Amino acid sequence: MKGASAALDRLGRASLGSLAGVGHAAVLLFDALRFGVVGWRIGQPLRPAAVARQMREIGVDALPIVLLLGFTVGLMLGIQFIASLSAFGAESQVVVAVAKSVTREFGALITAILVAGRSGSALAARIGSMSVSQEIDALAVIGIEPVRYLVAPALIAMVVMLPALTVFASAAALVGAALYSAPALDITVGAYLLRTMSLLDPGDLWQGLSKSFVFALLITLIGVSTGFSVRGGAEGVGRATTRAVVLAICWIIVVDMVFSFFVNR
Amino acid sequence: MNAPSPLIEVHGLQAWYGRRRILHGVDFSVVPGEIRVIMGGSGSGKSTLLRHLIGLQRPRDGSVRIFGVELGRASERELLAVRRKIGVSFQGGALLTSLSVGENVALPLREHTRLDESTIRIMSRLKLEVVNLGGFQDLMPSQLSGGMVKRAALARAIVMDPRLLFFDEPSAGLDPVVAAELDELILRLRDALRMTIVVVTHELESAFKIADTITVLDQGEILMTGTVGEVRASPNARIQDLLNRRPRAVQVDADTYLRRLTGEEA
Repeated sequence: MKGASAALDRLGRASLGSLAGVGHAAVLLFDALRFGVVGWRIGQPLRPAAVARQMREIGVDALPIVLLLGFTVGLMLGIQFIASLSAFGAESQVVVAVAKSVTREFGALITAILVAGRSGSALAARIGSMSVSQEIDALAVIGIEPVRYLVAPALIAMVVMLPALTVFASAAALVGAALYSAPALDITVGAYLLRTMSLLDPGDLWQGLSKSFVFALLITLIGVSTGFSVRGGAEGVGRATTRAVVLAICWIIVVDMVFSFFVNR
Repeated sequence: MNAPSPLIEVHGLQAWYGRRRILHGVDFSVVPGEIRVIMGGSGSGKSTLLRHLIGLQRPRDGSVRIFGVELGRASERELLAVRRKIGVSFQGGALLTSLSVGENVALPLREHTRLDESTIRIMSRLKLEVVNLGGFQDLMPSQLSGGMVKRAALARAIVMDPRLLFFDEPSAGLDPVVAAELDELILRLRDALRMTIVVVTHELESAFKIADTITVLDQGEILMTGTVGEVRASPNARIQDLLNRRPRAVQVDADTYLRRLTGEEA
């Protein structure tokens, strides 16, 4: 009986903690948007240079690894689809299978997971260590709202750069798939890519991009809210960084599933 | 002649962490040009008091007025106006580690003024020279010693020429020579720039050297406010325990301490 009560107590505390986390993230989102839109009117203008720096860190610096990963995933999809569809004599369907799965699903998913591990964790670590060393307090007493200085630029940069990276990842994946599949289908790479283009419609691209927009919000909000809640010095920062990555990836996958379910019904 | 109106007025300030009361109705005021030291041992509530004074925590019970602005009810704009008139030097410096020393010092100017870049650079270098860190503007905070970090933080705190300057444990963790240098710097700042200064510390030597007035805080209560001589001569046993570094007679057992820590005991 005592064990059950303790378990219920833990469950209750964990649920309340999760709700508080969601509430905190919502407040951060609201404040970031507020500073982005009307910050200049209350002496807290959003600095374009800060947004540009974040865009470089989140987007441009991640481009090589995103391209490499996208290309590899495309190659892998080509190998798998050729192998499985040839069993039914349906190799010709490889082009449509790769094109749809990459643009609707894998481009956005792989890019989001990569950016969550790379930039979501960096946001949590940066804000967490600033919190521990009183840098957040210092910003506040200087008259710089920490949300305006740290969250708003990252949010805007993520919302712009994640969809952009998704486009690059998808393109690289299609090229990767083309390089493997075109010889197997006895066509040129150019012809494979032209066929891909003819099979895709704007809805496919829109599905991937709209997902990446939601993923961008998730990665940023989980990263910054985890960073702001850091307690307990360097160890706390380490825990927060891990937590930010795990939470972001879990949410990305769950939201992706829900999204796919409703969009493709 | 009328007495100058206080820059800081604190009335009936209470602060709570969970169900534990940290400040028990604190009252005091600070007049312009004064160096006020808030002195107390660990756990006396002085850091909590400082967080209220610099607007990091809004008072729930009682009031804190800085430059006549009630911080508990201040709008964002009013709070920002107050913050532009104060400077804070944190215990660990709290320099932004992603910025160089010069960029740290220039940050308030970049955020709150429309000065051109060359003027900002000149002004921040001048402030670095005031704290004897001329030529260090291109170093990163991680390349500085503890004393230098505190001086750089001080340069950042005074770069906007605030009327009111707060120090959190300025000499903590410094060797006696560097600590004495910092004390001299605080006195020089008051004399040269006519600042009002509030120092939170538990370092007796430093407190007696720089204070015009000392407020002694113990277990969330103000025991007395007076000059250095008055504090030294106080018959209050708790003050004498603090001055003579006598351990407290009442020991707290581990269970009680844990209960207090977790808020189970008010």
